[in-house]
Amino acid sequence: MSELPGDLKFTKEHEWLRQEEDGTVTIGITDHAQSALGDLVYVELPEVGQEVEAGGEMAVVESVKAASDVYAPIAGEVVAVNEGLADDPEKINGDAYGDGWIVRMRPSNDDAETLTPDEYQEFLDELEE
Amino acid sequence: MGNKTPLFQCHVDAGAKIVDFGGWDMPLHYGSQLEEHHVVRNSAGAFDVSHMTVVDVGGADAKIFLQALLANDVARLKEEGKALYSAMLNDEGGVVDDLITYYLGPDRYRVVVNASTRDKDLAWINAQARAFNVEIEERSNLAMIAVQGPTARELAADILDPAWREAALALRPFFGLEAGDWFIARTGYTGEDGWEIMLPSEEAAEFWENCSRAGIQPIGLGARDTLRLEAGLNLYGSDMDESVSPLEAGMGWTIAWEPEDRKFVGRTALETMRENSQRQKFSGLLLEGKGVLRDHMRVVVGGRADGEITSGGFSPTLQRSIAMARLPAGDYDSAKVDVRGRLLDVRVVKLPFVRNGKTKIEL
Repeated sequence: MSELPGDLKFTKEHEWLRQEEDGTVTIGITDHAQSALGDLVYVELPEVGQEVEAGGEMAVVESVKAASDVYAPIAGEVVAVNEGLADDPEKINGDAYGDGWIVRMRPSNDDAETLTPDEYQEFLDELEE
Repeated sequence: MGNKTPLFQCHVDAGAKIVDFGGWDMPLHYGSQLEEHHVVRNSAGAFDVSHMTVVDVGGADAKIFLQALLANDVARLKEEGKALYSAMLNDEGGVVDDLITYYLGPDRYRVVVNASTRDKDLAWINAQARAFNVEIEERSNLAMIAVQGPTARELAADILDPAWREAALALRPFFGLEAGDWFIARTGYTGEDGWEIMLPSEEAAEFWENCSRAGIQPIGLGARDTLRLEAGLNLYGSDMDESVSPLEAGMGWTIAWEPEDRKFVGRTALETMRENSQRQKFSGLLLEGKGVLRDHMRVVVGGRADGEITSGGFSPTLQRSIAMARLPAGDYDSAKVDVRGRLLDVRVVKLPFVRNGKTKIEL
């Protein structure tokens, strides 16, 4: 499995967060998550402008196998969604940390519980055991 | 740890994602299930189906035994090598399993049943066999490799023993051939042309590697499922089980009602069900918009009882979601499916969706 990008934060629900310079946060699912799900065939995105709570349902990713909810790791307003996923959900399989981003949010507070890349890697290693 | 086929190590070495499949450790895919699906539709792929159960039925009563055991009639097998798809029913007319029977020769038949139902099938077959002069022999020493796709036979012919090559290529659809201790049949579970090849376990790995070298790519069971769904082929445990009659699982065509005096297990129950005009029907569904239909989703048909999706998923060929479903009786060509709380429009279509690489429904 590829190395985890150092500029990201992670969650135990296998999501990643990138703090952008304009104060927004970009969110996606991790490479581990896309690999476990298999080829993605459909992504249900939230509306731009929608307010989501931390832990609330934010998106649905559907693979050849099953549908999985993506929960918002932070509370805030959705300011952008990755429209490209509508026609090409496999972008998540191909580039989970880049082209496969899912939403961009403006956080309403910043008390998110996240893991550093090292902590997430440790968490993955424990799952493997 | 589950059971392993003779090809298990080949799968691991090829980087397969291994999953439990009815107690067997089997390859789900070797990287991309979608790509593997397209390989079978467009060229040729090889499946390890060695987990399936092969049972030879022989003896003076072999024919009349199978005539009593199966809802289809092995008397239809007049030419050696011919195959017959059938349900094996319980007394209530529910499906114990679906299977293929090959007529090997006088008093000799070969039956292939599902892996996940092996134990109960063998118990059932042996119990039914008590009143007959037959020998039932499980052939657990045989591996099975299916090569499927428009170029599969051509490519696989080159790696067969030259002695059998010509005869194998001359096989008509739904016929098999005993080739020494191998068995080659022009059957499959993908909706494409191809062969299912049974061979001694110890020869399986070599043939599997030869398939790869010949350009027949390894395909996991994930793609096998989407291929059979597109082809409108039933999956035991999803589309039918012991609580479902073949009449409500799209298998009516496999019931041999004639001759009327052939008594087979489940016949009396089926005859009663046949009279019921309100019995459910079995159809395909095509999702009109975006989303994915899944097993067990509720189908809503205006003014009628609800139906249920028995197998649903994404069709890589159609690039749309499709399903097979048990639906209320009646004539209608649209319905709605409860997809995670939202009612989405579906079209009710005739199966199959795809056959021999061609889309059989209008999109």
